[in-house]
Amino acid sequence: MSRLDLSGLRARPAQVWGAVRLVPLVRAEPISDLRLHRELYEDGPTAVRAGGHTSYISYIPHGFVANWTGDGSPAAAYGSQLSDERGPVTCAPLHLPRKLVQRQRGKGRASGGASGGLRFLPLHLALDGYLALHFGGPSVVWEEWTRRAVRDGLSPRAEWAYRGEQMPGLDDALRIFEIHPGQCGVMVYVADSLAAAFVVPHPDDYRALHPSLLQDLYGELMYQYALYGGPVPEFTTRIAAEYITSLAQLRSAAERRQLEWEAQHADLMAGELLDESYDVRQVYRMGRFRLSRFLPPFALHRAQHIGEAITDGKGRVAYLKTFRLSDKQVRRGHVLHRLASHEWHVGRTAEAMGISGQELVRRVRHLGFEALLKQHH
Amino acid sequence: MASSAELVAAEDVLLFVNAAITSTGQREFRSDEPEQHLSLDFLHAYVRINYRPLYAASLALDINDHNAALIVRRLLETAGEATEQERRAEGRLIAARLARLPAPRVYRLFRALRSAKVNNRRTRAIMRDWLAARPDPALDAVKYRAGLKCAARHAHLPPGERSGDGGGDSGGELGDFLFAPGRRKHFTTPLLDAWRRAHYEQGALYELPFTVAEGFAATHGIGRRAFLERIAPRMTRLERLRVQESARTHRAEVAIDLAGMPLTRLASYVLGLPLDDRAARRAELTGALRAAAMRTAGAQAGTWGRVAAVLDDSFSTTGSRQKPRRPLATALACHFLLEALAGSYLPLWTSGRQDALLAHPYGPTPLGMRLLDALEYAPERLVIVSDGWDNAPPGLAGEVLRVWRARLDPERRTSLVHLNPVYDAEDFAVRRLSPSVPTAGVRNAEDLPALVQLARFAEGRTGLAELRAHMDDRVRQFLGEETDGERGAV
Repeated sequence: MSRLDLSGLRARPAQVWGAVRLVPLVRAEPISDLRLHRELYEDGPTAVRAGGHTSYISYIPHGFVANWTGDGSPAAAYGSQLSDERGPVTCAPLHLPRKLVQRQRGKGRASGGASGGLRFLPLHLALDGYLALHFGGPSVVWEEWTRRAVRDGLSPRAEWAYRGEQMPGLDDALRIFEIHPGQCGVMVYVADSLAAAFVVPHPDDYRALHPSLLQDLYGELMYQYALYGGPVPEFTTRIAAEYITSLAQLRSAAERRQLEWEAQHADLMAGELLDESYDVRQVYRMGRFRLSRFLPPFALHRAQHIGEAITDGKGRVAYLKTFRLSDKQVRRGHVLHRLASHEWHVGRTAEAMGISGQELVRRVRHLGFEALLKQHH
Repeated sequence: MASSAELVAAEDVLLFVNAAITSTGQREFRSDEPEQHLSLDFLHAYVRINYRPLYAASLALDINDHNAALIVRRLLETAGEATEQERRAEGRLIAARLARLPAPRVYRLFRALRSAKVNNRRTRAIMRDWLAARPDPALDAVKYRAGLKCAARHAHLPPGERSGDGGGDSGGELGDFLFAPGRRKHFTTPLLDAWRRAHYEQGALYELPFTVAEGFAATHGIGRRAFLERIAPRMTRLERLRVQESARTHRAEVAIDLAGMPLTRLASYVLGLPLDDRAARRAELTGALRAAAMRTAGAQAGTWGRVAAVLDDSFSTTGSRQKPRRPLATALACHFLLEALAGSYLPLWTSGRQDALLAHPYGPTPLGMRLLDALEYAPERLVIVSDGWDNAPPGLAGEVLRVWRARLDPERRTSLVHLNPVYDAEDFAVRRLSPSVPTAGVRNAEDLPALVQLARFAEGRTGLAELRAHMDDRVRQFLGEETDGERGAV
């Protein structure tokens, strides 16, 4: 599966405030056997022991807890937990993701049926996937790479992001947004470029998690768009008066406009996310649902997203959260990808990219990986 | 047809009147307090400088108290810009308006005049006349002590000297009460003496007005329940409404005649109740709202024919912390008033719910689809009560109305009006649905019939002359009523 399947979710008319356009996604039939709710962590930075002498430290404003039932009966949004000593499945090449998805244990309030709770940190899974991209560094000890690069890989690797509260105008846009009945998701556009997509299984979950968009991460590009993007126009409806002769015709014209908007939204605006080239990896399995994360193809000069999703047995999206990469971040991924596919050989990679070896070295330096390369090159 | 300059002038004045009806300078759902103030202040300055007589005449319209006080203040501050004749007309309008404003609002205005250092002879005369017309100076002295003191100082008025009384002992007593309360061992006026005794005698505070007694009750540490039950006879009508829920939580009995309350206040009270309470008290609340609506409708009840209303109960009717659920309260009050006015009536809430009593802010604003439903009913009058943010889909309401006017109802069988309870600070106007629909601001549903009249000027086809005639008419009524009728205490 390499394509996000948003069937079952229908786009409703957008609501605009300043540079932010919010497109509500409405589910006709809510998914009731998977529920999400939020945990607030108010103790500041959290450390997770990762075995040995390593610990994973992160400041986590909030986390999500997914509850599901195996037999399709409705899951409770709160409190149903299962103590199970079985460790989570690891699919990622590193040990970090194991800590980002934690089975909830303790408390002992196991409810009837095969229900369980899974705690995960929104977007951390996706970001971790991006950060861990070819984290191991050069696999062959070519002479260009430093000893450190070969030994430690890309560690430490850092990326910057802005919190939603810092995004100018986003707080007001979310505050005044009128949530639709049955709404299970939203597409956040900043200056008409997709900044985030957020989908949950149930309308009640959405209502509870709507403000959590303000605590999410947004890339620097989105911050700049929000700051300088200025007001975006509302797509107001137009009806051609000439062909209307009765009230029924007027009504059908109005309904047609609604369908047209849905189609236009899927093609024009959300097209980049519904692309087929995403690389989706399953991280965890819970009943009939799968938690996975996806990485873009890192093609240059295209808006691309990383994200995480929970999909049901048929591959339909029950939960989705995405993060828009900036151009520089895409370039980093692109170069790492290219290097990895040519076994980190500078000359061959450069040839494949159609540039000189020196130019590739310059690019690698420019992208913040200078520590990997030996100085005399 | 009027010239374009006149059309612009008429539009400007209407813009201002709509703003003055809706905006209270408080925070709204989509704009904060500074934005509202900035926007409103600009409009006041613009209209005062360009159309001063109309600016003064708007005091005769149903503008809200905040703007009435602001207009009075601006007129008095810039008295030098008016001619002798204008000043005379302004003086009469100001006096008439002040007589209708609630006393705390007027005292606040006097304080503002004092801090703005406006102290000309005319201002002093206005203050003197207003104070002289107060029915009970002793009550004012106790209830609005700081305000009265400030006014007496500013206008150089010896307190309590009234033309009818011939001064005497009570006058001097009031002066002492305000400025040197320690000078006298006791007062002969019962209310003033009650105030003195209330400092040490719990029983005396039940002779005082509610707001004053509340402070004393806190000093004496009297339980809320006992206090509310004993002070109840001293409460004004609106105070009773205000403390209803507080009394209920303390299980105190405060008798109230809900049906006697102003319609919009009552609607606000109902919307403040939890949904379960509303459902449990359905008969009582509906009865009170219907009775208040019938009283407001008066002789016009049942004369409006076939009416459809599109009422906004989307999430944006939450209002703000300063104006909680105000837009929804206005819509609810309009609903009951229209029900009383109409011969046959179809209400359509944007959320699609049927039960008006259980209205609460929820969901988007699909005004366009609701309008189609309303038009199918083929009404004689169609009233829309909404903040004008039509967002599901945006602009559909305007398009429906435009196409319908152009293609399906060119001979205007249905009269349309859009009433908007929210002032949009950014546009300096209440938000319109479409240029073809007349829009008027609304604050109290009670003014609905007058607003429907005013809204016909908002179609942009009537000129300044007609508007001026309308305003002159209203001014004449306003000043005429004032000389006949007398208004009771607050």
